[in-house]
Amino acid sequence: MRALAAGLVLAAATACSGGADRTGPVRLWAFGREGEVVRELVPELERRHPGLKVEVQQIPWTAAHEKLLTGFVGREMPDVAQMGNTWIPEMAALDAIEPLDARVAASDSVKADDYYQGIWETNVLDGVLYGVPWYVDTRLVFYRSDLLAAAGVPELPKSWSGWRAAMEAVKRTGGSGHYGLLLPTNEWAQPVTLAVSAGAGLLSDGGRHGAFRAPEFRRAAEFFVGLYRDGLAPPLANSQVANLYQQMAAGEFAMYVTGPWNLGEFRRRLPASLQGSWATAPLPAPDGMPWPGVSLAGGSSLVVFRSSPRKEAAWKVVEFLSEPATQKRFWALCGDLPARRSAWDEPALAGDARTASFRLQLEHVRATPKVPEWEQIAAKVWERLEPVARGAKGLDATLASLDADVDAILEKRRWLLDRKAAEAPK
Amino acid sequence: MRGLSAWRAREAKAGLLLVAPGLLLLVTFLALPVLASLVLSLTDFDLYAVGDPSAARVVGLRNYARLLHDPVFWKALGNTFFFVLVGGPLTVSLSLGAALLLNHKLVRFAGLFRTIYFAPVVTTLVAVAAVWKYLYHPRFGLLNAALGLVGIPAIDWLGDPHWAMPAIVLMAAWKNFGANMIIFVAGLKAIPESLHEAARIDGAGAIQRFRLITVPLLAPTFLFVGLTTTIGYFQLFAEPYVMSGGDGGPMNATLSVALFMYKQGFRWWSIGSAAAIAFVLFAVILGATLLQRRLQKGSEA
Repeated sequence: MRALAAGLVLAAATACSGGADRTGPVRLWAFGREGEVVRELVPELERRHPGLKVEVQQIPWTAAHEKLLTGFVGREMPDVAQMGNTWIPEMAALDAIEPLDARVAASDSVKADDYYQGIWETNVLDGVLYGVPWYVDTRLVFYRSDLLAAAGVPELPKSWSGWRAAMEAVKRTGGSGHYGLLLPTNEWAQPVTLAVSAGAGLLSDGGRHGAFRAPEFRRAAEFFVGLYRDGLAPPLANSQVANLYQQMAAGEFAMYVTGPWNLGEFRRRLPASLQGSWATAPLPAPDGMPWPGVSLAGGSSLVVFRSSPRKEAAWKVVEFLSEPATQKRFWALCGDLPARRSAWDEPALAGDARTASFRLQLEHVRATPKVPEWEQIAAKVWERLEPVARGAKGLDATLASLDADVDAILEKRRWLLDRKAAEAPK
Repeated sequence: MRGLSAWRAREAKAGLLLVAPGLLLLVTFLALPVLASLVLSLTDFDLYAVGDPSAARVVGLRNYARLLHDPVFWKALGNTFFFVLVGGPLTVSLSLGAALLLNHKLVRFAGLFRTIYFAPVVTTLVAVAAVWKYLYHPRFGLLNAALGLVGIPAIDWLGDPHWAMPAIVLMAAWKNFGANMIIFVAGLKAIPESLHEAARIDGAGAIQRFRLITVPLLAPTFLFVGLTTTIGYFQLFAEPYVMSGGDGGPMNATLSVALFMYKQGFRWWSIGSAAAIAFVLFAVILGATLLQRRLQKGSEA
């Protein structure tokens, strides 16, 4: 096995090229719309640091993950890159990215305490910092305030029981074909967001085992499947919602738990007559827990690669993109929410009630478990819960088999952790 | 005698020398990679091993055992069989039908139609998929508009788990029937016109002539077309990949074995498990091919 793997690595090494010279431009990988917009920020950076050249490569989101991994295998990594913060554990496991604690400590512009704590935490693994948050994503409730008001609900309730009652009221007033909440069945973030709101740890023993039988997860799962079972949310996948905005405008769904990218979309795509009739609010919390409910810490960070011969220059790029002024400009260009609290004093951000909900929610976010296997685990959550939502299976048996699935996925991780522990004393 | 065997040995050596370049290529680019993936399928080579090769363990047949207990694998296998068993005959019948039409003496502009029917085969799948996505659109799609005219309510072709695979079958049949059609046309052209004439004189009708002359004489063409279509359809990948955004959704309804393998390998980086899927798929295709050959040989005799 070793020989074969060594062969693979050798083949990869011979394919290696470029990057060895220290004076070349800093190569920055950025994804999707961000990759397009960051180009507009580069001239200012180059003006401030004469001699620093930045080469931006834009990669579509759908290809980004694969490109990072094949880039690693083929030793064709950039110097600095945008990184979805759920990918950081994987890149750290590969030892592909550089710890940044020392650089942050010495930096005049990157200040840890200016960042939303839950977001910052997504970049810290075993006490080591691997990335600096660039922009943030989290989910909260978008809703048709007029429909809620017509159903006798003046504002979005703050507890789960109130939330559910609001869905029931909206459904009653709307009649058939109308639902309280859109809860796409293929978005693992939906049940997982409810689970972190309920305080579920998701994994236990430092990511060695699944913790889906824990009472916190059970509580969230029960709430989640109940919404489908009782007809408050339609059992639809994203792809079955032909036109979200039209259907939202027609009142088919009164609420949707979604992220900041929909701020712009709702403004553009809902008809002008409805522009005064939609609002956002932080997540309701499970009864007996403090409001607002906790949401998921999403977004992208900036990382520096270990293989880079230009780490100093790469760090300058990170520092520049992290400056509050740059963050504000970035927000103005593409609508991505700034990761730094001080960038939120921008009047257009702070003064808009819909955006301000995000500001409050961002103080209450938590990272998904920081293990490379997380996405694979997340995909299992709905796979297992779906028959429960249809009423075909019981919840307890399902949660037990979910834990069994997840324990099987994490077997390799447990073995590696044990091996590491055994090697440590030497 | 000795002279003869020495000559034979020399001959054999020369022969070996002549096939050597071909053999070398075959071993380097086919046998070695296949062997390497067989070895990989017996390990748990994964993301961790990409970073640190010592993290790979030999696990024997565990990857295979795990597959057998994975409901998603069975779902993918079921989807693939559905595609082969429904899509295969559909494509072959479409091809044969089109070939018969084109071969008819009364058809004018046969060359033009042949080109038109063949066009989808050479069109890029991604472009085709983009157009078909519009056709399948639940509200604004042409297909649902046509169904609406005869009073059939709109179908959510790609969103509804029950309809997604039939939608893929339909698109694949349209995209692929042209290739087989060309082969059938060639097969039909090879049937001497005199046989049809003789049968006609003996009083055979069109259906009888088709059943007793065209079908038996096309048997070798059928075998070839049947086998290549089956093998190709078992490897179903690009159609669901493009139509479902690489996911095999909704709810794994369009997940094929090859797409499942791709997801295991390049989405989760479980390389060992992906290699095992490749060998299972190989075994399935080999089995299906042998079965089909036996059946068709049997019906010939």
